[in-house]
Amino acid sequence: MIARSLPLLITLGWRNLWRHSKRTLVILFAITLGVWFMIISAGMMIGIIEQQLQDTIMNLTGHAQIHRPMFRDDPAIEHSMPPPSDALRKILNSDDVKQWSMRVRQPAVVMSERESRGVTLVGIDPAREKGLSFIGKPVVEGRGLESVDDSGIIIGRRMAEKLQTEVGKRIVIMSQDKDNEVADRGFRIVGLFQAELEATETAYVFTGLKTTQKLLGMGDDISEISLMTASREGLDPLVQRLRQAAPRLEAKSWKELEPLVVTAMALYENFMIFWYLIIFIAMAFGLTNTLLMAVFERTRELGLFQALGMRPRFIVGQVLIESFILLAIGVVIGNLAGVFTTNVIFADGIDLSAFSRGMEQFTMASTMYFTLRAKDILTINLLVIILGLVASLYPAVKAARFVPVEAITRT
Amino acid sequence: MGIIFSLAWRNLWRNRRRTWLTAGAIAFSTLLLVAWVPIQFGTYDIMINASLRVFPGHAQIQRPGYQEKPEIRNAIDNAEQLAETLRGSNELYQGVAVRAQGFALLSSGSRSYGAQVVGVQPQFEGDTSSIPGLVKQGRFLSAVDAQEVVLGSALARNLKLKVRDEVTVLGGGKDGSVAAVILTVVGIFESGSNEFDHYFAEMPLHTFQDVFSMGRSAHAIAIVGKSLEYQSQLLAALKGAISGRDDVVVLGWDELLPGMKEAIQVDKTFGFIFYGILIAIVVFSILNTFLMSVLERTREFGLMLALGVRPQRIASLMVLESALLTLLGLVIGLVIGTALVYWAHVVGIHYPGVEELAEQFNLPDLSRIYPQMKLSNFLLGPVSIFIFTNIAAWIPILRVRKLEPIEAMRTI
Repeated sequence: MIARSLPLLITLGWRNLWRHSKRTLVILFAITLGVWFMIISAGMMIGIIEQQLQDTIMNLTGHAQIHRPMFRDDPAIEHSMPPPSDALRKILNSDDVKQWSMRVRQPAVVMSERESRGVTLVGIDPAREKGLSFIGKPVVEGRGLESVDDSGIIIGRRMAEKLQTEVGKRIVIMSQDKDNEVADRGFRIVGLFQAELEATETAYVFTGLKTTQKLLGMGDDISEISLMTASREGLDPLVQRLRQAAPRLEAKSWKELEPLVVTAMALYENFMIFWYLIIFIAMAFGLTNTLLMAVFERTRELGLFQALGMRPRFIVGQVLIESFILLAIGVVIGNLAGVFTTNVIFADGIDLSAFSRGMEQFTMASTMYFTLRAKDILTINLLVIILGLVASLYPAVKAARFVPVEAITRT
Repeated sequence: MGIIFSLAWRNLWRNRRRTWLTAGAIAFSTLLLVAWVPIQFGTYDIMINASLRVFPGHAQIQRPGYQEKPEIRNAIDNAEQLAETLRGSNELYQGVAVRAQGFALLSSGSRSYGAQVVGVQPQFEGDTSSIPGLVKQGRFLSAVDAQEVVLGSALARNLKLKVRDEVTVLGGGKDGSVAAVILTVVGIFESGSNEFDHYFAEMPLHTFQDVFSMGRSAHAIAIVGKSLEYQSQLLAALKGAISGRDDVVVLGWDELLPGMKEAIQVDKTFGFIFYGILIAIVVFSILNTFLMSVLERTREFGLMLALGVRPQRIASLMVLESALLTLLGLVIGLVIGTALVYWAHVVGIHYPGVEELAEQFNLPDLSRIYPQMKLSNFLLGPVSIFIFTNIAAWIPILRVRKLEPIEAMRTI
């Protein structure tokens, strides 16, 4: 019966809305503003999280890593591992892995003529770092590393400032070799790399993998294998297979390697629901109030409907449909405005380089990008419509409770 | 005025449901801002204090240029005498400590790690920095010339060192010579900050000066004032105290940690944009109440006009009505909000799961937040809500002045 009368109820709801067009437009604007605000704040938060995640993965983490079990706790040379076995190599060269590379990492001291600093010396295979970490990108000054035998060194742009040195000059790297003896060697700076965070630029210096192995006297041994998967979903099964192929090594996905990023993501996502609710409550007062006014000025008419035989639940339905139309229009315009704001107005991100040192404090890059996920838009839309209907129940039920005779005779 | 006031008050209660809903919307947003702004500012206080108290202090005296380029050569001569003249000369200085700092390689039998090494005055360092109090194993340094060192917990773990073990410190001296010394580890501190625990070691000032061939010069005098509220007085006093010397400068915390100040600015800017949009949503959400209260009374206003009431008087009645309504909401929101904030101020707010994050950002104390109880923080939200809702109320009120009595009385 309800289904049959639905077109009638929709027509009634629609016409009722425009009996007071100014009032409807005001509340529509409040709903649109609320939905728009929810969408851009979601886009902003997810954008920040995604960017941090991306930075973490590109910061020599990769989607997964393999090391000796002791290495993560104590990244010292005695916890290095042999190059991958054939079984492991087979998986690494399969289609599930987009890119993989071997690295040597060793804490070291870098000394220029004037200054010295603590760094991590990283020996890399330059060709394999492309698409795997930030060092795969071109350098900003000088040249990049060319092969695993390259004996030049690349340091961060801001590291060069701290060391008061430049491309072409020599620096000394001092570290500890396999036999716990001090190993040192002069390197010529061939290039400067740039990273979003100053902390990254000052944390690492890069040279060829073989050069590092020779300096530290570690033969063919390496510290870690880092890899990128072809798909996000395939990561966990891949890590499982790596574990089986190399039972004495430790294979871990980025979720296990960087638990803080995972915690932060969960925290942000929970906070967002809370944030949506706050915005919703701010506009729900207006929605309830407006519908209540609309119902009360129609007391006589609703009484007449009832006297003519309309059932109370149809009156409830009529008010709810009126509210649904209102919410649906607000949600649609809000979505469009939100998408327009994030994907057109701020398509190139918000430039916050004026606050770059402050962003560094939050480990954030100085350009902030919005990321809209279908999931978040859906959550917002459902939340607004469902809770909006819940907020309309009070005026709807109030309308159905009018006693016909009293209502008609009221002026 | 009296009659207008009682008219306005009675008009409010002609539609009790609507009045309460509107007041509720205002109360909700007031509650939100009243509770949120002090927490926001309280968070800044904690961020600043936690970061400053670990090591930098509220202000430092350094040689010009040392902050940008911390070179070992750029040292203050007779730093201890200067510190001595400051100490106790002004009640604003709660702590004054001299430091010399440099980078060195620390080696145990099997391991070597680079670290920031600081020479401190053991008897005064505790007044400016929390590190002496954070020694979890062993003790802090005993005398200004003892052959001792305290290490960050992660550094000690990486070096595989325990209390009473020996460590070799190797670095470059002020005159370019090699600085090397063997020291006994007397204590291991845990600050909760990743950076300090991994890359930080403290040794007595005179030992540092001897090892690094610095004579009696040092790099910084750290000063801690009574609290951050007295920061400007503290800086003024310090500038006065060093006015005789042109080889040193005073740096406030915002210059020592420029990132912190910018981080707060970013957060504040975003915070205010968010509050602004939230207020806009509330304003539009309640605008209908004001709109309807004018529209539905067109007849009544027509009658009043016909009876000789001036339009200005009706307008002022409406203004008073909306002001009373807003105030009602504000008071409810303020009372509940203040009670909540006061409760939070007493017990502190604890977010589960935030400790790990706070540690990553070098903010060890952030896991418990105490709202900043300041009048301006409480009033900021309510005052802006009051202003904006009343601006909204004016829009329908302007209609009253255009009303023609006869026509108005005819409308239903």
